[in-house]
Amino acid sequence: MSLVLTEDQSMLQDAARNFCAQHSPVSVLRRLRDEKDEKGFDENIWKQMVELGWAGMALPEAYGGFDFGYSGLGVVLEQTGKTLASSPLISTVLLGATAVNLCGNEEQKQALLPGIVAGEKLLALAIDESPFHRPSEIALSASKEGDHYVLRGQKTFVLDGHVADQLIVVARTAGNISDRNGMSLFLVDSKSQGVSIMRTNMVDSRNSARIDFEGVRVPAENLLGIEHGAYEALERVLDIGRIGASAEMLGSITQVFEQTVEYLKQREQFGVLIGAFQALQHRAAIMYSEIELCKSVVRAALAALDNPESEPIEIARLASLAKAKLSEVFELVSNEGIQMHGGIGMTDEFDIGFYLKRARVAQQFLGDASYHRDRYATLHDF
Amino acid sequence: MSSLQQFRDSTRAWLEENCPPTMRTPMVQDEIVWGGRNAEFKNPESKVWLQRMAEKGWTCPTWPAEYGGGGLSKDEAIILGQELARINARPALTSFGISMLGPVLLEYGNHQQKAEHIPKIVRGEIRWCQGYSEPGSGSDLASLKTRAELQGDHYLINGSKVWTSYADKADWIFCLVRTDFEVPKHSGISFILFDMDSPGVSTKPIQLISGSSPFCETFFDDVKVPASNLVGQLNDGWTIAKRLLQHERTMISGFGLASGQSDRGGTTSVVSSLEGAAMHYRGDKDRLSDPVLRDDIAQFKIDSEAFALTSQRSVEESKQGQGPNATSSMLKYYGCELNKRRYELMLRAIGSQGLGWEGDGFDDEELQITREWLRSKANSIEGGTSEVQLNIVAKRVLGLPDLLTMSNTKGPKG
Repeated sequence: MSLVLTEDQSMLQDAARNFCAQHSPVSVLRRLRDEKDEKGFDENIWKQMVELGWAGMALPEAYGGFDFGYSGLGVVLEQTGKTLASSPLISTVLLGATAVNLCGNEEQKQALLPGIVAGEKLLALAIDESPFHRPSEIALSASKEGDHYVLRGQKTFVLDGHVADQLIVVARTAGNISDRNGMSLFLVDSKSQGVSIMRTNMVDSRNSARIDFEGVRVPAENLLGIEHGAYEALERVLDIGRIGASAEMLGSITQVFEQTVEYLKQREQFGVLIGAFQALQHRAAIMYSEIELCKSVVRAALAALDNPESEPIEIARLASLAKAKLSEVFELVSNEGIQMHGGIGMTDEFDIGFYLKRARVAQQFLGDASYHRDRYATLHDF
Repeated sequence: MSSLQQFRDSTRAWLEENCPPTMRTPMVQDEIVWGGRNAEFKNPESKVWLQRMAEKGWTCPTWPAEYGGGGLSKDEAIILGQELARINARPALTSFGISMLGPVLLEYGNHQQKAEHIPKIVRGEIRWCQGYSEPGSGSDLASLKTRAELQGDHYLINGSKVWTSYADKADWIFCLVRTDFEVPKHSGISFILFDMDSPGVSTKPIQLISGSSPFCETFFDDVKVPASNLVGQLNDGWTIAKRLLQHERTMISGFGLASGQSDRGGTTSVVSSLEGAAMHYRGDKDRLSDPVLRDDIAQFKIDSEAFALTSQRSVEESKQGQGPNATSSMLKYYGCELNKRRYELMLRAIGSQGLGWEGDGFDDEELQITREWLRSKANSIEGGTSEVQLNIVAKRVLGLPDLLTMSNTKGPKG
């Protein structure tokens, strides 16, 4: 397993970096926020991303994808993280397409995946039910009635839930709230009767929703994967999501850090550049070290996803390792970014605040650092 | 079959035949082979193992065969490493000659110096020590004052060094000396080699807080050293000194790497992992009962694993480009801080059983943990303190401006 990018991956990285810098800088997110954009992402930019092949990056060629692996998708996400580019990449490509590809039957894959690759379909994964990520505690119920299931319950923090065509809903079909057995996944048309979607405006201007399911009738063929036995596959989908989200965080972290170091080389006080002060130098050097660790972790986790010989427990450990480490370092770097910029960092005019806001949302998404340290310990039998 | 595969097969076969049985068991502290004129082999198989490995040059796999090294390519050396690890083979030889002097001598030494010293390093015939720090020159190493004056065909050396690891056991020293007191401090230093048996050299071990004495004070009183023993250009020793420090940091940062298989090197006892020790001493079955310690150990293991991956990435990147570089400072800083954390956690893991000094009431491993914990405090001091490493990262990697060099570049008046 190599931790250095291949030539193809490096080229993809350059292309993605240039695209994001030119077409989707932070000013785009700022505009979407200020205009209270209904979708929360720019459709033209998304179209161009689709044309670049980003929506089919990790999908097999059989469904129109490009078979470039999660390492390829991770390289792209790192670059979108750099400029906080708004797009359905995380909701639809990283999570939605992965769930369909891993859990769906042939018919479901044919029906959904080519549409995702073409940028015609948006998906959202509805899992959290409380302000905390607890995938093993699912209350939303799906009871079988004839050739339908009826869904009742509520989901929250559903990324892109307000624009998705299809929702992938984690539901309980048997057992008690904390049973790992008895969970099932359903594909639910977001226009179905009984689905009410409320967009929640988050601090980072990314889009999520709270969704109520009041007796929503879902055809039995919309069951995605095994009835009652979705947990194992769901964990894999979530682990892929955690690793991809970590790649995106890495991009944001790197950007905040580079901007901050640049500022230390420009700002003068007491007649010298403030970057000459050891109090700031050491903190910058510590951040540099932590970020170097983050890079290695993200590369290793992505490489493990693309290695057919990886054991599920290995992937799970690496996913929690990555999400715990990146969450911790993003908190550190976003806080230091503000502090080292001083007063100007507190102004809305300056971009650094956008990264602080994104940091906290990204930290919580799919489990924060303490959730993943606990999981990492459990996965290591202590 | 590719030639690398052939190399792997023949290496595996050779190791099967030549690595003695006890050399495939975890290393024991007092069986580490340091070599030298007075080399000690507590385990006779260590001697056999060293001779066989040295004959192939595999104690220094990538060094040129011309000077007795293995002459292997980097890919072959990696395979050799993997095959050695596969059978849990002990290092045949551990020495500062291998990890520090050899690489810079190959880079900066002349043919005669390489021909004289490199083969002896490969075979473990000469044990080297490092004459760097002085009583007044620790972190500010370049302010060193040990004086070398040219007198005809030799230098006359006067001064003293401190924290010289194993100076009392070493045969030769690689030493930084001041050869010009009139120029800025970095520009008047030279790098010289000499025999510790030379008249005028004396050593005195320093007892440390851990009770052991791995370091010495070293004194030079009119020591005569042939002028041909100077490595590189006169007064250009700082370049070599820095290069050697990068190799030293790479070696020391390895201390932080031990957690891959176990948290305390290769042992298989209850204290071989932090979580295993913590659970064993508390009588826990499936889950560590102290939730705060559990979280701290998880955090430590996460950082250890991330660090190990980073060391691996650094090796892969240096394979594609340059040798050790400024990232060696980052690895040195992080690895040493990790190792200190490991021992603080180990003390918390086993409670008052980890605080024995000697005698009854504690088993050997528990007593060893106390000493190792104390020893670990030196990790972030030796080879350049953590603070010095952070300075280097700030200036060399991040390109931040330097306040000190503007005011403090004058050479010390000897």
